[in-house]
Order: sequence, then structure tokens, then C-alpha cells
Amino acid sequence: MSSPNDTQLAATDTKTGLSAVLAQNAGSFVGLILPVAIILALTIWPTITGKDITRESIFTIMLSIALASSLNILLGYTGYVSFGHVVFFGLGGYVGFYLMAVQGWSLWLAMPMGGLAAGLLAFLLGKAILRLRGGYFALATIGVNEAMRAFINNFKPFGGPVGMTLNFQVYKDYGGAARALSLAFYILAALTLLIVIISYLVRTSKFGLGLLAIREDEDAAEVMGVVAPSAKTWAYVLSAILPGIIGVLFFFKNGSIEPVPAFRLNFSIEMIVMVMLGGQGTVLGPIIGGVGYQSLRGFLLTSPLFKNIQLAVAGALLLVIVLFVPAGLVGWLRNRFPALRRVLQ
Amino acid sequence: MILQLEGVSKNFGGLRALSDVTFDLPEGQILGLIGPNGAGKTTLFNSISGVYTPTEGRVIFRGQDVTRNKPYEMAKLGMARTHQIVRPLNELTVRENVIAGSCFGREGHGLKAAGKIADEVLEFVGLAPRSDQLAGSLNVGQKKRLEMARALAARPYLLLLDEVLAGLNPSEIGHMVDIVRSIRDQGVTIIMIEHVMKAVMSVSDRLLVLDYGSQIAEGTPHDVANDPKVIEAYLGDPDLALRLMRDETRA
Repeated sequence: MSSPNDTQLAATDTKTGLSAVLAQNAGSFVGLILPVAIILALTIWPTITGKDITRESIFTIMLSIALASSLNILLGYTGYVSFGHVVFFGLGGYVGFYLMAVQGWSLWLAMPMGGLAAGLLAFLLGKAILRLRGGYFALATIGVNEAMRAFINNFKPFGGPVGMTLNFQVYKDYGGAARALSLAFYILAALTLLIVIISYLVRTSKFGLGLLAIREDEDAAEVMGVVAPSAKTWAYVLSAILPGIIGVLFFFKNGSIEPVPAFRLNFSIEMIVMVMLGGQGTVLGPIIGGVGYQSLRGFLLTSPLFKNIQLAVAGALLLVIVLFVPAGLVGWLRNRFPALRRVLQ
Repeated sequence: MILQLEGVSKNFGGLRALSDVTFDLPEGQILGLIGPNGAGKTTLFNSISGVYTPTEGRVIFRGQDVTRNKPYEMAKLGMARTHQIVRPLNELTVRENVIAGSCFGREGHGLKAAGKIADEVLEFVGLAPRSDQLAGSLNVGQKKRLEMARALAARPYLLLLDEVLAGLNPSEIGHMVDIVRSIRDQGVTIIMIEHVMKAVMSVSDRLLVLDYGSQIAEGTPHDVANDPKVIEAYLGDPDLALRLMRDETRA
């Protein structure tokens, strides 16, 4: 919340009415500074170093940040664990890829369609499975992802188990393959910035307060007047759209799409690890989590000792976080240093 | 009449938790709801506030049939309640809790207006110094007042209070009773479930007594207190109870 609610305990006694409202306005966007600064720094970095390899590793980090921030709207703000969130990435990717590869659409039109497909799926799922609570919902989301993969595997227009590939000529429209890669990076950077701002606006809005209330106690929230079924559904839709758009971008850059990489369950779990690592329910958390997890993963993948068990390390990491720092890094800092709350949103 | 119940019953499987409860509640009154443990008081609250749908009967709130309404619909119509076991939004601050009450309650304010109301209400229940503390860090008495503040911030027409006095020390009880009275004086109708007899007797305009899900008595606190059926429900043998009471008044 961008409100005086989070300010230091010391300042509370004298604060009433108008002054509180003023304080609220003064601090409005302070919490956005750090997240935006990190995204911008990551965007500019490859341009400064001028190395394509740097850009590629930052592409992966950005991808993580964007997906983790999307998931955070559902997981962190609303308190619903979606274990199969990759389904939106995969479905969006498939729909967009089909439009580009088979129907000859441009990336610019295919991306919104991918987002739309993912949002629509989330809306329908929201109506169907968001009434489930806790572990049951998490299980259902895994089921949905597996069902979707099985369906795509047998869906002929999408190429079945073989998937689809983009004709290399397609990249000519974007100034050649090399330019397309760099374009994809800047689009991703813009989308990541967008989701971080959306995440912040949600967190500091009335809608977001309703989500937090649902997370804390759904029944009490309903008694207070939060229309939980619709709030949850919109949170789910909001958390699905960006992954859908990014799916299109990712597979456009990849040049091909297949069911297994599109609906990889591990990827979902990694998203959860990132959100938990950085701090669920905060704007900054998924960013820190994305950067932190990908750096760790990069180290593990190149280390001869860990390269085959890097996912096991991710699992162990999740266990350690849940057991010892359930609030994540940002959450822990917020609790430890209340004075920083305004900055660490 | 702000609230009318017509033959409200609630079954859980084979168990009849409420049976044929009928009463009218005029605006501006405090109705005390009493009865032994397990009598169905909280079930009645849940049936009125939309948490449960009554198996039979009708609930009419401000002239509108709300029998099948959801809890959030009741909140928007102007009903607010507290819970017997407090349910603060632990990871949110005290102020955020109350803001939420105002945002999603009857008047549906935006965050800013809700903030103002929250500050007023917190002042009123005496929690203003704790505004920015996490709700989970309050003690029981403070949590009860927070529940009250959250319900009040919704600016309800009807307030359902579920054992707001339980677990409070005598001075806290006195404070809370004053709060309840001044809420009524602001024109809010109140139904309160209470076990602290002295308090509920003094504060209620009328009492309704439930036992095994049925209403066994209704009337002024004085009439109800001397009703043999009520005494039997609480103490078992009415004759013995009456004798004991006579002895006590003589002594």
C-alpha cells in the first residue's frame, strides 16, 4: 500500500484525518522507484556492454521477472498458489505462434492475441476452479496444465507433438534475425516494465486491498463486502495476460514451438521459487527473486558439481525459504526495518 | 422494521441448528441474543448475514427479501458484523483493516475517503495510536475493538456483534459497553450475542433467548430474566433456580 499505513510506528500518534491523506499523497510513488530503476538498469546494461551474450542472459532474467511479477498478483496478493501458471505462457505462445506461422500475422498483432487467449482461459478457469481453496486449487492448476499439454499434443492445427516452426523469412520483416533478437529484447523490457507498474498499481489500489483481504481471510473479506469470486477471477486474468503475451514473444524469438517446452511444469515451479525468494506480495520481491534465482541458476549450470542437479537445488531452496523466511527477502527486510517499508513496496 | 425473520430454520444434515425463528426488529434498538452454548446464536447470525442460507423461512432486511443473499451482498446493503473468534487481516495494518471495511461496505468509498473514515473510527474505538501496527500484533481486547472498528467503518444500518465482550477484563467491558451504546445513539440498530449477562441486560432494549435452536423467550430484559423457561434453559431445574434466586435476593 502506498499509504501512511506502512510508515514508521513512531509517526502514528499525532496523525489524523487530513494530514494522513496528505502523507499518503506525498509518498505515492516512492515504492515504484526501486523496481523501475532495476528494470531500466537491466535494459540499458547490454547496450552499454555491447555484448549479445549479455543481452541474452538478461533476456532470461527479464523473462523471469515478468512472469514472477505476473504470478505474484495471484500468489502474493490474492494468496492462491498456481502451480501450473506456465499454461498461460504456453497457450499464449501457441495461439500467437499459430497466427504468425500459419496465418502470416505480424508479431505486433499476434502478441495481443496470445495475451487475450491466456486471459480468456484464466477467466473460464477462474469461474470453474477458483472456488477451490488452498491445496485443491494448486492441484487443479497442475491438472489444467497437463490437460492443456495433452490437448495441444493431439491438436493437428497446432502441429500435434511436433509443434510448429517459423519460416526464417519471417524475420526479414523485422530487419533480419539479428535485429529481431534485439527487438525481442526491448519489447520484453517494455512488457516487464509494464507488468511491474501494473503490479504496483494493483497493490496500491482498492482492488488490491480487496485481494489482500482475500489472502488474509477470504470468509472475513466476504463478510466485509469484498466480492471475492469476481475479485479472484480478475486477479487470475490479470496474472495470465502478460505471460500469454510473453509466450508469443519468446517462441517468436525461439523460431519453433513444441508442447513439452511450452508447458514445462518445472518452469511453473521456478516461478513460484522466484516469487517466494524475493518476497511474495511485494512489488519488488519478484524482481529481486528473478534476478537472484537466475544468477544462482547460471552459476549452478556452469558449475561441474551442480549442473545436473540444478532443479534439486531450486527445490531445496524453496524448502528453506518456506521454512525459515516465508516472507522472502523483501518481506524480511520490511519486517526487520519498518523504516524501509515506504521504499520497499 | 429494519429486519424481519419469518420462520427461519437451518439444518446441517440431520441436525436442526435453528428451528422456526421469527422476530421483528425495529430500527434503532439493541436486541440482545442470549442462550446457552450451542443454542444456535452464531448460526442465526450466519443465517442473517448470508454466510449460511436458511433451510426454511425468509429473512427480510429493510423491506427486501435477502434470504439467499451472499455475505458481500449483505455488506453492500448495510449489514456489518463482528466475529466471535476475531478475524483480523493479520498481515495488514490496523488502519488498512478499517479502510477495507469502509471501502467494501455499504458506502463503497475510495481509498482516500476510506482513510478519513478509518481515522475517525479508530479514534472512536480508541485504537488510533495503533493505526500503523500490524493487526496480528494486537492483543485480544484490541482485536475485538478492531473488529468493531472495521464493521463501523462500513457505516452499516444493522450491526451484528458476536460476543464482543467475551475475554475482556472488567474495565475493557465497561469501555466496550459505552461504545455499543453510543453506536446505537448514532442510529445504528444492533443485535448482540452476549454471555456477560449483567452487560447485556443493561444495554439491550429487548432480549431474545435461544435454546436448542428454538426461541424460548422474547421481551424486555426484566421479563426474560424472570421467565421460568429461560432459567430452566440456563440452570436446569426451574423451581430450584427460582428458589435460589429468591434466596439470593433475600440475602
